[in-house]
Amino acid sequence: MSTNYKTIVEDNIDVLVVGAGLGGTGAAFEARYWGKDKKIVIAEKANIDRSGAVAQGLYAINCYMGTRFGENNPEDHVRYARIDLMGMVREDLLFDMARHVDSAVHQFEEWGLPLMRNPKTGAYQREGRWQIMIHGESYKPIVAEAAKKSADKVYNRICVTHLLMDDAKENRVAGAVGFNVRTGNYHVFKSKTVIVGAGGASNIFKPRSVGEGAGRVWYAPWSSGSAYALMIEAGAKMTQMENRIVLARFKDGYGPVGAYFLHLKTYTQNCNGEEYESKWFPALEEMVGKSYLDTEASHVSHRPIPTCLRNHAFISEVNAGRGPIRMVTMEAFQDPHLEEIGWHNFLGMTVGQAVCGPLPT
Amino acid sequence: MPTFVYMTRCDGCGYCVDICPSDIMHIDKTTRRAYNIEPSMCWECFSCVKACPHHAIDVRGYADFAPLGHSVRVHRDEEKGIIAWRIKFRNGKKDMDLVAPITTKPWGQFIPQLRDVPAPSAEQRNSQLLYNEPKYIRMDDGGLHNLQSNGLELKEGVYY
Repeated sequence: MSTNYKTIVEDNIDVLVVGAGLGGTGAAFEARYWGKDKKIVIAEKANIDRSGAVAQGLYAINCYMGTRFGENNPEDHVRYARIDLMGMVREDLLFDMARHVDSAVHQFEEWGLPLMRNPKTGAYQREGRWQIMIHGESYKPIVAEAAKKSADKVYNRICVTHLLMDDAKENRVAGAVGFNVRTGNYHVFKSKTVIVGAGGASNIFKPRSVGEGAGRVWYAPWSSGSAYALMIEAGAKMTQMENRIVLARFKDGYGPVGAYFLHLKTYTQNCNGEEYESKWFPALEEMVGKSYLDTEASHVSHRPIPTCLRNHAFISEVNAGRGPIRMVTMEAFQDPHLEEIGWHNFLGMTVGQAVCGPLPT
Repeated sequence: MPTFVYMTRCDGCGYCVDICPSDIMHIDKTTRRAYNIEPSMCWECFSCVKACPHHAIDVRGYADFAPLGHSVRVHRDEEKGIIAWRIKFRNGKKDMDLVAPITTKPWGQFIPQLRDVPAPSAEQRNSQLLYNEPKYIRMDDGGLHNLQSNGLELKEGVYY
């Protein structure tokens, strides 16, 4: 690598997208509609064809209302998320996301993303109340095509490190700077608007596994928290930071298990082969109050038991010396069709999990 | 876990270098073959494996999860719109071929070029709807659900 680093300036940008995972690439597409003649530029740390958390694929869309099929309304989702996240929610943001998500999903289908259909109802194949199943190995490349059609210029391999503040206007962002991870060249982007779609920091909590798989979860290892650092340094007010995604790991596995639990009906056991979750609920109910955990009400009304409390039960069980927690796949895999779904599910989003074998029990 | 390269198959074309999200597939300057420079930062995402025209890249499991002997191979074809997997268990008892669609339409052709669609009207610009809305929310002419129509109100801010 040469030490004569160049400084490359891209000026007169109208919309700069920093970080083009699924969110950033989608933003570039939408921005093109509202700003037909505007200059839209993408700066991405990797290659937008395979970058971000969905680079590997995603085999479900975890939030789909289905108002079209009479399934849920946006306000139902707000209620669900409010209980699941124990009240620490901005309802306006939840509602906003919920009322627009279906049209995005329908556009993805039009672009070619294979959504599975329920052969009986004709509606999309549900995995759970909010999730639908897709063949999503190429989810990211498909949306990246949309971004490439929309952006004036795509800068791959640029790691943006700081947002630039405007000299003339107080408290206004006027661009970003970063460097090319290959050449070391310094890049300056001057832009009227900046959309930050950089990554979160889901790897800040490490599983305590040892050996070669130390610290490995299914989430992308390059989620270094740029989204937070860029915004906080620029003085932005961060919101909805109370809930962090923590990727729990079962014995011998580190794959995403949404479809395994919801669609394939797998379940967890402690080392003695016992169901352990429910025995922690009375104590948790006392701790958080009946408004957030009411096992009887949950049983009759399908109201969710907050995810953080279910994880708490998991950790409490391990701390009580009855780990590791295993996911039981034996029953699900008796049905060859379900077994195939299970394989596709991992192959389409966490191939490493398939390499391990489908969660051996 | 990490990728490794069959050196006799690699011709140093650099497709894997181009696509790797972790930027850890590099070309060895002496042998002119690709190699993984930092196995611990490999997501085993198979992006390079799928991009390799010679199927020269393979992935092994973490030693503490899966001793060697298994195999997961893949062929991805955008023109045919499919991805084909072959999985061999290390006990030799299972050998599976799995095929899944990656797209239902000719690649990229059904993504609109938004420069060419009619510009949004002033009314659209002042509304809260996004591109293709309201049509794409329901895909029919049914009315949209909103808070007013359902007699609901929104609470502001975070509350506990």
